[in-house]
Amino acid sequence: MAHAGNHPYHLSDPSPWPILGSIAALVTATGLIWFMHDVTPWVLPIGLVLVAYTMFVWWRDVVNEATHQKVHTSVVQLGLRYGMALFISSEMMFFFAWFWAFFNAALYPTDQMGGTWPPSSPEIGVEIFNPWGIPLLNTVILLTSGVTVTWAHHGLRKGDQQTLIRGLWLTVILGAIFTGFQAYEYMNAPFDFTGGIYGTTFFMATGFHGAHVIIGTIFLAVCLGRAYKGHFTPDHHFGFEAAAWYWHFVDVVWLFLFTFIYWWTSVQPSAVLAAH
Amino acid sequence: MSSAYGGAHDAHAHHGPTGWKRWAYSTNHKDIGTMYLIFACIFGLVGGLISLLIRYELQEPGMQLLAEGDYHQFNVFTTAHGLIMVFFLIMPALIGGFGNWFIPLMIGAPDMAFPRLNNMSFWFMIPSAIMLVGSVFAGDGAGTGWTVYAPLSTSGHSGPSVDMAILALHLAGASSILSSINFITTIFNMRAPGMTLHRMPLFIWSQLITTFLLLLSLPVLAGAITMLLTDRNFGTAFYDASRGGDPILYQHLFWFFGHPEVYVLVLPAFGIISHVIATFSKKPIFGYLGMAYAMLAIGAVGFIVWAHHMYTAGMSVDTEAYFLAATLVIAVPTGIKIFSWLATMWGGSIEFKTPMLWAVGLIFMFTVGGVTGVVLANSPVTTAFHDTYYVVGHFHYVMAMGALFGIFSGWYYWIGKMSGRQYNETLGKWHFWLTMIGVNLTFFPMHFSGLAGMPRRIPDYPDAFAGWNYISSIGSYVAFASALLFVYIAIKTITSGERVGANYWGEGATGLEWTVDSPAPHHTHETMPQVR
Repeated sequence: MAHAGNHPYHLSDPSPWPILGSIAALVTATGLIWFMHDVTPWVLPIGLVLVAYTMFVWWRDVVNEATHQKVHTSVVQLGLRYGMALFISSEMMFFFAWFWAFFNAALYPTDQMGGTWPPSSPEIGVEIFNPWGIPLLNTVILLTSGVTVTWAHHGLRKGDQQTLIRGLWLTVILGAIFTGFQAYEYMNAPFDFTGGIYGTTFFMATGFHGAHVIIGTIFLAVCLGRAYKGHFTPDHHFGFEAAAWYWHFVDVVWLFLFTFIYWWTSVQPSAVLAAH
Repeated sequence: MSSAYGGAHDAHAHHGPTGWKRWAYSTNHKDIGTMYLIFACIFGLVGGLISLLIRYELQEPGMQLLAEGDYHQFNVFTTAHGLIMVFFLIMPALIGGFGNWFIPLMIGAPDMAFPRLNNMSFWFMIPSAIMLVGSVFAGDGAGTGWTVYAPLSTSGHSGPSVDMAILALHLAGASSILSSINFITTIFNMRAPGMTLHRMPLFIWSQLITTFLLLLSLPVLAGAITMLLTDRNFGTAFYDASRGGDPILYQHLFWFFGHPEVYVLVLPAFGIISHVIATFSKKPIFGYLGMAYAMLAIGAVGFIVWAHHMYTAGMSVDTEAYFLAATLVIAVPTGIKIFSWLATMWGGSIEFKTPMLWAVGLIFMFTVGGVTGVVLANSPVTTAFHDTYYVVGHFHYVMAMGALFGIFSGWYYWIGKMSGRQYNETLGKWHFWLTMIGVNLTFFPMHFSGLAGMPRRIPDYPDAFAGWNYISSIGSYVAFASALLFVYIAIKTITSGERVGANYWGEGATGLEWTVDSPAPHHTHETMPQVR
């Protein structure tokens, strides 16, 4: 104990994972370049597997430290909360860019679009989705999943393990259903990714959101596994909290997408709704 | 107490790996800071070397270095110079280097909040550098400028170079976002008892504001360059006007990041020289709270002035008028800083040691650049000056030299604390004066050549611009010679500098970093200090 620190912080041991993460990033970036320039498609998946492996072993260490070594004091937990809140803030600004691209096109339609939003010119005019079909259903699904994750949280705070597990199962299932509907919608879209600015902004904004839904679902599924193992206690469950925060963030982004990209666009005079 | 805080775990960390693993696996803020500083030094020399190639080409009218008509290669040089200096010299030195070393030391924390994340932030710079350097050799090189404007960057260069430069920016951006999360959490969560926000050293304030700017602006850049990537490779239409896209959208997104970015570069330097000027004037900083909130104001206003970089892109007069007025507002908080530094020196017992020379030099350089900034804020004026060497002169004074002088001020101020050895005062002063003369010879004439109409990013020019360009080139050789002198000084200091004690600057140096030994031991502040 001679070297023991007289402070409430957690100083991590030296770890090989950060530099492994950097190598994974290099392989992924190189693989992406080679994929895009038709050299070989096979380095990119190797890079992605390395990234996934790095995340797995790194967070396995963090879970160990929290659950078994018990080094996450209340001060350390507060730090983790700051970290997650800041990470979500940066994610928010990432979506800010995609919404900027959307509003740049939607509020100032150019002649090439036919001067309207959605575009109506012969070249890039589009039929768009009816917001009151699958998009509304997905809104309800996602909002419900926000309720179920909160239900799980209440169970956890009361020490009710069964409610926690049930709530998490429901949330993960709802997340998966959302993703399924989104995929179905993509396959039946009356416009495509490359045809013009409408499809470009639609698919990139909803696509990045969809990726975040998948990430959030995996995060919640990991929490579900940890819940079965009894990792969470009523007063120490930051991993669950972070997943729930992330899920609510994804939820809010969807509300913006639904409001502006689906609904608001659909009520513009030039909007032609696809029949289906 | 110790067992309650997981003491056995900490004790274990003391017997961490040695040799290469000490650095590769590091979770120590000082070691990671040192790696950042070495990285910055190497790439500073590379970026400087590229600027020499630029200046050699521009020394006289006609083509000197490059083949007749090979204007693209010249653009590759300016692109690489800009990106390397911004992302691989200034940011790693001021934020990664000094931020890592001195945030924990100055707030009384044993390390950063997320030490592993800290190490990954550093190691992400390596693939980023590989991508950027590789982009010069793979294909034709990226000749887009550091701003990577569409449509040149989308339909202009079809090879892999621009894609590699984009991924280099993604990686450097990820590194900075992770660092920012780490730094902000550390500053909010790990200050010593008694160190309220209003008692935090100004360097900590500067890092806090800088990292907030990075956290909120870099994701927008990430979005913008992801759109470039998908436009280039997957057929999206973001910047393609023929399919309803808009190249100006890229400029908005880029500068929404780019303008806060220039404050990212200079704010940490402001933080450093606030301590240096107080130390060598043997007075506390004048107007501490005003200084802190001036930085906050600069950071906040920095987010709402971006389109002053786009006056010639085609904006409504009302929009221009707004961005003009908002930009001029920045002169108020920066003025507060300049005058507070001068007021700190006023009546002080001033000692012109090397760090102080750099600090005063920064005030001079930044003021010159700030004055031309007020000129350039005016959209009617900038309609004429846009893309001339007047702008190049302006931003090298304000942002580039503002940051570089801050780096050197901090290095001379803190090298004793970091290495336990002191630099040679005579050589340090030579380094300062050589640099001061070199950079002013380089950049001051740019105002004249720019006023005369000398355009940026063009390797050849009419004979009318010959004189001032020649002087600029001579100046750049002097400046680079002074950079080599710095390398000599640095090596000599670390290998054979005089050993120093905990507080080698004496009564003027206050703050927690002066309470620990020099060199600062591997682990510091293991018992939380009390700040009164």
